[in-house]
Amino acid sequence: MALKIVKGSIDRMFDKNLQDLVRGIRNHKEDEAKYISTCIDEIKQELKQDNIAVKANAVCKLTYLQMLGYDVSWAAFNIVEVMSSSKFTYKRIGYLAASQCFHEGTDVIMLTTNQIRKDLSSPNQYDTGVALTGLSCFVTPDLARDLANDIMTLMSHTKPYIRKKAVLIMYKVFLKYPESLRPAFPRLKEKLEDPDPGVQSAAVNVICELARRNPKNYLSLAPLFFKLMTSSTNNWVLIKIIKLFGALTPLEPRLGKKLIEPLTNLIHSTSAMSLLYECVNTVIAVLISLSSGMPNHSASIQLCVQKLRILIEDSDQNLKYLGLLAMSKILKTHPKSVQSHKDLILQCLDDKDESIRLRALDLLYGMVSKKNLMEIVKKLMLHVDKAEGTTYRDELLTKIIDICSQSNYQYITNFEWYISILVELTRLEGTRHGHLIASQMLDVAIRVKAIRGFAVAQMATLLDNAHLLTGNTQRNGICEVLYAAAWICGEFSEHLEDPMQTLEAMLRPKVATLPGHIQAVYVQNAAKLFATVLQKHEGETDSQAAQETSQLLIDRLPLFVQSANLEVQERASCILQLVKYIQKLQQKNVEVAEEVTALFAGELNPVAPKAQKKVPIPEGLDLDAWINEPPSESESEDEKPKVVFAKEEPKHYRSRHTEVDEKELARRREVRKQEQANNPFYIKASPSSQKVYDAPGVEHIPVVQIDLSVPLKVPGMPMSDQYLKLEEERRQKEKAERKKKEKKKKREKRGKGRKADSGPESEEDITPAHQVDIVTEEMPENALPSDDDDKDPNDPHKALDIDLDNLLSGFSSRPLADSEKLPVRTHRPEVLKSPAEDRDSKSVPQETKKKSSKEKKEKKKDKEKDRKRSKEEKKKKKKHKEVEEELLESQPEEAVQSEETKEAAAPPTSTSAEASDLDFWLSSAPVPPAAAQEVTAPSSAAAVDTSSAAAPESEPDEPKDTEPEDTKSSKHKKKKQKKEKEEKEKKKKKRHHHHHHHGDAGGEDSVQNGTVEEEEPLPPMSNYSLLAENSYIKMVYDIQGNHQDESKVVVSVIFENKSDSFLKSMEFNVLDSLNSKLQRPEGAGPHDGLTVPFQLPPGVSNEARFVFSVQSIVMPQKLKGTLTFIVKSDESSTHEKLDFKLHFTCTSYLITTPCYSDAYAKLLESGDLKGSSLRLEGINMPFHHLLARICFHHHFSVVERIDSCASMYSRSIQGHHVCLLVKTSDQTVSIDAKCDEPSLLGNVLDEIKQTFSKC
Amino acid sequence: MIKAILIFNNHGKPRLSKFYEHYTEDTEQQIIRETFHLVSKRDENICNFLEGGLLIGGSENKLIYRHYATLYFVFCVDSSESELGILDLIQVFVETLDKCFENVCELDLIFHMDKVHNILAEMVMGGMVLETNMSEIITQAEAHNKMEKSETFIFQCPRQDR
Repeated sequence: MALKIVKGSIDRMFDKNLQDLVRGIRNHKEDEAKYISTCIDEIKQELKQDNIAVKANAVCKLTYLQMLGYDVSWAAFNIVEVMSSSKFTYKRIGYLAASQCFHEGTDVIMLTTNQIRKDLSSPNQYDTGVALTGLSCFVTPDLARDLANDIMTLMSHTKPYIRKKAVLIMYKVFLKYPESLRPAFPRLKEKLEDPDPGVQSAAVNVICELARRNPKNYLSLAPLFFKLMTSSTNNWVLIKIIKLFGALTPLEPRLGKKLIEPLTNLIHSTSAMSLLYECVNTVIAVLISLSSGMPNHSASIQLCVQKLRILIEDSDQNLKYLGLLAMSKILKTHPKSVQSHKDLILQCLDDKDESIRLRALDLLYGMVSKKNLMEIVKKLMLHVDKAEGTTYRDELLTKIIDICSQSNYQYITNFEWYISILVELTRLEGTRHGHLIASQMLDVAIRVKAIRGFAVAQMATLLDNAHLLTGNTQRNGICEVLYAAAWICGEFSEHLEDPMQTLEAMLRPKVATLPGHIQAVYVQNAAKLFATVLQKHEGETDSQAAQETSQLLIDRLPLFVQSANLEVQERASCILQLVKYIQKLQQKNVEVAEEVTALFAGELNPVAPKAQKKVPIPEGLDLDAWINEPPSESESEDEKPKVVFAKEEPKHYRSRHTEVDEKELARRREVRKQEQANNPFYIKASPSSQKVYDAPGVEHIPVVQIDLSVPLKVPGMPMSDQYLKLEEERRQKEKAERKKKEKKKKREKRGKGRKADSGPESEEDITPAHQVDIVTEEMPENALPSDDDDKDPNDPHKALDIDLDNLLSGFSSRPLADSEKLPVRTHRPEVLKSPAEDRDSKSVPQETKKKSSKEKKEKKKDKEKDRKRSKEEKKKKKKHKEVEEELLESQPEEAVQSEETKEAAAPPTSTSAEASDLDFWLSSAPVPPAAAQEVTAPSSAAAVDTSSAAAPESEPDEPKDTEPEDTKSSKHKKKKQKKEKEEKEKKKKKRHHHHHHHGDAGGEDSVQNGTVEEEEPLPPMSNYSLLAENSYIKMVYDIQGNHQDESKVVVSVIFENKSDSFLKSMEFNVLDSLNSKLQRPEGAGPHDGLTVPFQLPPGVSNEARFVFSVQSIVMPQKLKGTLTFIVKSDESSTHEKLDFKLHFTCTSYLITTPCYSDAYAKLLESGDLKGSSLRLEGINMPFHHLLARICFHHHFSVVERIDSCASMYSRSIQGHHVCLLVKTSDQTVSIDAKCDEPSLLGNVLDEIKQTFSKC
Repeated sequence: MIKAILIFNNHGKPRLSKFYEHYTEDTEQQIIRETFHLVSKRDENICNFLEGGLLIGGSENKLIYRHYATLYFVFCVDSSESELGILDLIQVFVETLDKCFENVCELDLIFHMDKVHNILAEMVMGGMVLETNMSEIITQAEAHNKMEKSETFIFQCPRQDR
């Protein structure tokens, strides 16, 4: 045996290895293919040998050949052999080869399952690693199913190296075997908080990939990601998370509000361009998602635009490109803010990089206004001249036309100018876009009546100079414009000054070289012209001239009669005969002009594309009614979806089978949802970006009254530039006039409407030279003037609008939600009920309110049902298994999850309110990070508190009715389309129905929590207090309880570098007391400091968090500590030190926890609590401010508020209940408090007192 | 997701190709050729992103590349990746190669494609970024090499190849 090995090894010395192969190929450049085929023969020989080393060598060479494009799948079995070698070296070669050439169709893959499993559980981590890497490339559904469990186990491997690989590969496993997602998800989620940054990053990666495809299901993770975002320093992870948020915000605008603040912070603080860019991008996404209801984000937009400007101005082309790309996103919703950077964009048109120029062009499209259109187009025309003979020029041409014609020529104030531009564009040689120019000419000439005279003159000149355009006809697309020119001249020939000359121009022999369809138009319109000329001559009784004209036609037309083009020939011969007949009549001195003209009488009217829709339905006509009896109902429903009417008119359809269908529908919806959930790639209706440049609005279709201040006559070929000057002059004049008028007028009237840009050059002030208004022209009579059809009913933003309205109308009619106003934690102005009791609520008014909002929801659901119906019907057949068990199983988890989602969905208002106020962030330290914690914190506690009243089933669900279902469905991943019996199905459905019902009610509640009735906005508040400060550095801190661990608090410290030097190697150390200890990493001594995980450039601030463990929380205490750091400037570096005292107040052990009023009452009745009270004199602030302060600074939540009396609740990290009853009268506030721990309560009250003594 | 990682030289000769989705060998070659075509005609000093549909999967995907001396490093990615992030990643990749091969040049890649693959496998796994920290990547690569050396038998006489 040993001998054999040795022999094999010696043989091998004479074999080629990979390097020899490569060298050989390089030496056989001329006959490479032949050389390689001999090599492959050798490899085949080598693979036949027993020696694994030889085989591995051969496989290695095959991998190389595979890269060169040779099919090596024939060696798949040998690759498997090499993979199963016990030696790492060979194993790795085998796995590499497999990863390069195995795929789902490779049949030997099924032989590998056990080998891979063995490798995965190998004691050698590198074997495992190699197997994971390989598997990630060729995992099949079978492998995924068989190995999912093994990989799951590896996710908790001791070595981070394996953990991160196992986490990452799970994504591939999910793809191939979706059923694994549900069981694996909790662990995956856990890995988001893995101590190893690599593992964490991998988990983020996987979840981001999953969420990107199906964001709705991952909304519940938002709080967790939010926490990661505010704590992570790994840019790669941050980018991923921020991108994920970008995908989530369209689904949940409130999330967006919350995000703006930390994102802006990041934008300010990060030095990594990639991170900055992604932040800006997500802020834009947020702003887009908010744009409907939030007017006050100008600061954020400005910030984004500013930062983008920096990117665009950068010399790095990549940044420039991305900057422009992001800019175009802002443009869609906030065109004004981009428009101010026009100069910059125009500059980019000169860039040497074509892709940048194209981006800039895209931007220009959205930036034009009435004011600057001419100027921009002029710039573009210059570029057109410069770009001679490139495809870029064509791009420019189409852009010019796009820009001018957008929104029904909305921005064109002077159509003569536009026609001139079009005519100028015809001078471009070799463009492919002749037809585009032509169609514009036709469109304008037909629709803008007042311009016809001018247009006809221009077209006549064009026809006259046709030879210039037709240089080489074959490739030249520009001759298409002659089509338009000929038609316009013919159709509107009454405007021609010299029709005879044009007629002659149209009948030149050269015309015969034009493409057929153009000749056809020529011939036809020559006839029209002929009619005009005849009429003219007969009017002047110049029969001689009339006869000459006929003769001209008779002479010239035969050329066209010979045309190879059928249409030309047909028209020409027809007209020729006609003219001959006319000539005969003329010779008899018969007046024919009138009859000839009659041939072409009648005007062509443009019709708006939506005209049909605008016709009101006559009374008594029911479009939805059946014309014939519907097909019999006994047919099996599976076939029905084919019936067109059933799909389009679901209401009718349903009304006929209400009983059955209601159930059916619900069931089908369920089925469909589960199916979607099963499919990790089910892509929900994408939140398409808002359509701003929508289809042409009917209002602006042109009908023109000429402003006579513009001199009409421009002789010869026009130069569009003239119009620029004219326009300037005109505007000047108008302005002057207006000023005169304005002096007379009182200013008041202008007041509000123009507040935004009251400058004299504002958009509205520019009166177009041509008033454009078509409605009456292109619309049928008595068309409805509504323009609602311009809105896309599926527009997600519109849908969201409705939702918000719903919330409010259920509560009060004020248009703004509290969250936009309050910089504090939420008040609960309404009695908070646990949802269980809510059903049989006693308070009547509340009941009605709820009803109304419920009703609305119902309605909405109905609509949704209708929409989904058709889809559902198709899927109807698919049934599910295990549903019931699943449902039971998943319920507890579900309850918690939805709780969490709720919290995320209705984020505490503290931070988001300030979101709009950028200045506030900039001036003070970042607003409390409480939010992150808060969102996760209270949910479970709340659930426990109210558990007596609320079964898990009736846990508050998400506030939006569509969401709970989706979230839920995601929990049911496991069931895949398998058949089941109807009965079970129905039962399940009932359960679900039940569930939803309560869910909705609860959801309603939780939303109302978020509303508040204050009129005045509160002053900004911050929980951060000064820790220590010297000339180099300032530290502020805030302490937050940690709900997950009853003995931990998190101290967030913001370090601000006040010096001009660089601060680094910061070390944070605290002298532990018996009660409180700083948590240090494993292996660190009890007196070691913690390194602050960042450095501070001058003027920058950043936040670090330190975890402390505490034993007793009933007493406040102070900890002494020291911060040491190195100050590094250009010349020197010094070691500095700063002492501080950390004050752990009792307040910091409290966690804001919502409490229902009934649970609260029970708590007070129980008698376990001990009381204490406090009086505050001379409090001079509104009651709601007072409450807000208590909520904010002391982590309470309002349970109930009646006039000047409110009950409040909070909970300590160790579960102590703290209840307050706050009353106020005449500047005196009395607080009665109860708590199960008297000393804690005493201290908290002291602290509250202190808070108010300060102000 | 990263769809593919391609390295080819100024003449379009592939030096490494890693596809994270399955294509036939022929299609792979076509993709490499097409990519080379798109990338090579771009001037230096213009932006390193390309949009537009390709054989490799429609306009969803972007090509992000860097050009070093004789080699193009091209990553084909979808919209979930950050453009600038990937550019940095390419830089990390090249720097890692530079460390592992000590002053890397095209020849290193030509003769040691397998090693390049192994290094890449420590950075990107199945189309997802595994590690971005260069020292961590190098540590793992070296650990692998050590493993390999410890397994060396007499027959593996060291060769100096270039």
